[in-house]
Amino acid sequence: MKAWRTALTALLCAGLALALGAAMLALPGFAVRLPGQVAANLDDSGVAHPVTAVLLNFRGYDTLLEVAVLLLALLGVFALSLHGSGHARPSAPAHPVLQTLARLLAPLMVLVAGYLLWIGAHAPGGAFQAGAVLAAAGVLLRLAGLLPAWAQPGRLLRGGLALGLLVFLAVAAAALAQGSLLQYPLAYAGPLILLVEAGLTLSIGLTLAGLYLASAGWRQ
Amino acid sequence: MTDFLDPLPWLIVLPLAWGTLAFVLGPGRGGRLAVAAIALQGALALQLAGQLIDSGARVYAVGGWGASLGIDLMADGLAVVMLLLTQAVALPLAVYARGYFAASPKGRELFWPLTGFLLAALNALFLSADLFNIYVTLELLGLAAVGLVAIAGGTQPVTAAMRYLLATLLGSGAWLLGVALIYGTYGSVSLAVLTPLIHSGAPLAVPLAAALMLAGLLLKTALFPFHFWLPPAHGGAPAPVSALLSALVIKATFYLALRLWLELFLPLTTVAAAQLLGALGAAAILWGSVLALMQSRLKMLVAYSTVAQVGYLFLLFPLATQVPPAAAESALAGGVMQAVAHGLAKAAMFAAAGSMIVATGRDDIGHLGGVGVRLPLTLFSFGLAGVTLMGLPPSGGFSAKWLLLGSALETGQWWWVVVMIVGGLLTAAYVFKVLRRAFLPRAAGDRVARVPRTLEFSAFALALASILLGLFGAPLLELLAVGRAA
Amino acid sequence: MSAALLYALTGAALFAIGLAGLLLQPHLLRKILAFNILGSGVFLILVGLGQRDGTIDPVPQAMVLTGIVVAIAATALALALARQLLDLTGQMRLPEDRSDAEPVDD
Repeated sequence: MKAWRTALTALLCAGLALALGAAMLALPGFAVRLPGQVAANLDDSGVAHPVTAVLLNFRGYDTLLEVAVLLLALLGVFALSLHGSGHARPSAPAHPVLQTLARLLAPLMVLVAGYLLWIGAHAPGGAFQAGAVLAAAGVLLRLAGLLPAWAQPGRLLRGGLALGLLVFLAVAAAALAQGSLLQYPLAYAGPLILLVEAGLTLSIGLTLAGLYLASAGWRQ
Repeated sequence: MTDFLDPLPWLIVLPLAWGTLAFVLGPGRGGRLAVAAIALQGALALQLAGQLIDSGARVYAVGGWGASLGIDLMADGLAVVMLLLTQAVALPLAVYARGYFAASPKGRELFWPLTGFLLAALNALFLSADLFNIYVTLELLGLAAVGLVAIAGGTQPVTAAMRYLLATLLGSGAWLLGVALIYGTYGSVSLAVLTPLIHSGAPLAVPLAAALMLAGLLLKTALFPFHFWLPPAHGGAPAPVSALLSALVIKATFYLALRLWLELFLPLTTVAAAQLLGALGAAAILWGSVLALMQSRLKMLVAYSTVAQVGYLFLLFPLATQVPPAAAESALAGGVMQAVAHGLAKAAMFAAAGSMIVATGRDDIGHLGGVGVRLPLTLFSFGLAGVTLMGLPPSGGFSAKWLLLGSALETGQWWWVVVMIVGGLLTAAYVFKVLRRAFLPRAAGDRVARVPRTLEFSAFALALASILLGLFGAPLLELLAVGRAA
Repeated sequence: MSAALLYALTGAALFAIGLAGLLLQPHLLRKILAFNILGSGVFLILVGLGQRDGTIDPVPQAMVLTGIVVAIAATALALALARQLLDLTGQMRLPEDRSDAEPVDD
C-alpha cells in the first residue's frame, strides 16, 4: 500500500515536470516587455541599479510587505520560545583562536555591511545583503561564545527590530501627501531610498540574527 | 490633502503600523491601541464603500507608476465587501480578545502584533491587483496565521502549526509557480494587463498555471479533501485566534479562487471543472457535518463545522459557470453572502465556545450542563450563530442559501439542492447536540463560573450581525455589483 | 533553445523533486529542505522564462530576491517549530495522520 502510494506520487510529480517542460518549450513571444520600461524610468527612480530600482521603487510595495514577513517569522519564533521548554543555556566555551578570530572579523563585517548598503544604489548590494552580513557577524559572535542567546527581547532591541519597517511605513505614508503610497518626490527619491535602506539594514540584520539567537538557548 | 486621507492605502498602512507598535510596546500590550485602530479601519472601509457606490470601482497605482511597471491596487464591489467583513469581524473579536486573555492569559504575549499583521495581510490581499504582490500577501497571511496557532504553546498546537505551515507553504509554492509561468508567457503580472490577453486558445503554460494556482488556493482554503490541517489548527488555538482563522483567513483564499475563476481565467473555465469543484464542496458539506456531529470537544465541533461550511462556498462555481447571466449573478451573490454570513456566525460561535470553555474550565461538550443557566446570553449567541449556519430565516445564511437554491433551480441543477437540504439538517443536528447539553442541569463535580461581560456581549454582537444581515442584506448586494459588467 | 530556457527546465525538474520530497519524506528536516528545493525551482523558472528572449529582465530578479527573503522567513519559522516539536515529543516527524473521526487530545 505504502509502496504504491510512493510510486504514484513520484509518477505524478514526474508527469508535472514533463508537462511544465512541454509548456515552456511551446511559449509564444512576450505580449508585454518590462526591461525597456525599467530602463526608461531608471532616471526617475533615485537609484542607478535596475534591480534596486524595482525593489525599492517600482515594486517597493512588495518589499514593504516582505519586511513585514521577515519580522513576522521572528515573532513566531519568539512565541515559541515563550512556552518552550527552553532555558537560556550558557554557550559552550569556544576555542581561544575562534574567539580572537571572531573579535577581529566582527568589526570588519560591520564595515562590509556599510559598504554593501552604500553600493546598492548602483551595483549589486543593498539592505538585504548588508543585513545578512550583519546577521552573520551576530551568529559568528554567538558561536564564539561572545554573545548570549536571546531570552525575550528588551525594549531597545524591540525598537531596533521594528525600526526598519516603521521608517519604511513612515516614508510610504508621508508620500501620500505627494500623490500616492510610496510615491517618492523626484528630487528626494535617492536620499529617501538610502534612509529606508539604512533602517532596513539594521532591522534585517537584527531579525536574521534573532531567528538564530532566539532559539539558540533552547534545550537540546 | 485629500490624497493624504484616502482610505484605500490607510487600510493597509494602519494595521501594519499598529501591529509593529504593539510589538515595540511589549508582551501582551497594545490591546487598547488595536481596538481603536480597528474601529478606525472600519470607518475607512465604510468610507471606501461610500466612494464606490457614488463613483464606481477604483484603481490605485502604488508609487504612481501604474501597471505593468508598478503595482496596482483595485477596489471593486467584491473587494470592498470582503474588507467590510474583515473589519466587522475583527472589531468585536478585538474587544472579545481583551477580555479573553484577561481571563485566560496563555498566548496573550504576541497576540496583538500577530493580529495586526494578519489584518494588514487580509486588507492588502483583498485590494491587490498584481499576481506577484498577491503571493507576498499570501505569505504574510500564512505566517501570521501559523504564528497565531502556535502562540499558546503545547504539543497539540505546535503540531497543528507545523502541519498548517507545511500545507500553506505548499499552497503558496504552487501559486508562485503559476505566477512564474504567467510572467514567462506574457511578461506581466498585472491583472488588468493580463485579463484581456488570456483567451480560450492560450498556450499550454496558461491552463497549467491556472490549475496550479487553483490547487494551491484549495489547499489553503481547506476544501475537502485538503481539509486535514484545518480542524487541529482551528480547534487547538485560543478562541479569539480560532475565530479569526475560521471567519476570515480561509475566506481570503476563497476570494482569490473566485476572482481567478470569474475574471482572469474565465475563458479557460469548463463545466466539468466547475462540477468537480461543486462535488468537492458537496463532499465537504456532508463529511464535515458528519464529523462535527461525532466530536466530543466543543472547539473541534466548531472547527469541523467550518470544513462543512467551506463546502457551501464552492457550490457557487457550478452555479455560475456557463449559465445565463442572471443565474450566475444570483449564484455569485449567494456565494459571497454565504462567505459574509459564515464569517460573522463562525466568529460568534468560536467566541461563544471560548466563553463556555473559560466558564467550565474544560473543552468538553459532555460537561456543558449548567451553561444555559449561568451564561444565557452566550448560549443564545451560539444558538443564533447556529441559525445562520443552518440557513433558517431571517438570517444571512438563509439569504445566501435562498440565492444559491434559486440559481440551482433556474439552471436545472437540482442535485445541489439536495446537498444543501441534507447539509442544513446535519448542521441542525450538531448545533442541537451542543444546545441540548448546555440546557441540562449542572452535573455534580462540574463548575460553571461567570465570564467577563465583554466576552458575552462581543459574541452576541457578532451573532446578531449574522442575523441582521438577512434582513438588511440589500445594500451589501448593491455594493457587490459595483464594477461588475452586468 | 536558449540558455535561459535551460534554467527554466532545470527549475521544473527541481520543483517536481521538491514536491515529491515534501509529500513523501516523513522527517521534518527533509520536508523543510524539500520545500526549499521546490522554491529554488520556482525561482529558476521565474528568472529563466523571464529572459528567454535573451534580454536581461530586472523585474523577475527583484521578485526572486523578495521570494528568497520570504522563503528564509518561512524556513526559519519551520525550523523553530520543528525544534520545538522535537523538544516536546522527542520526534522529528509529525504524528501519523489519525483518522478524521478520532478526537485530537491535548
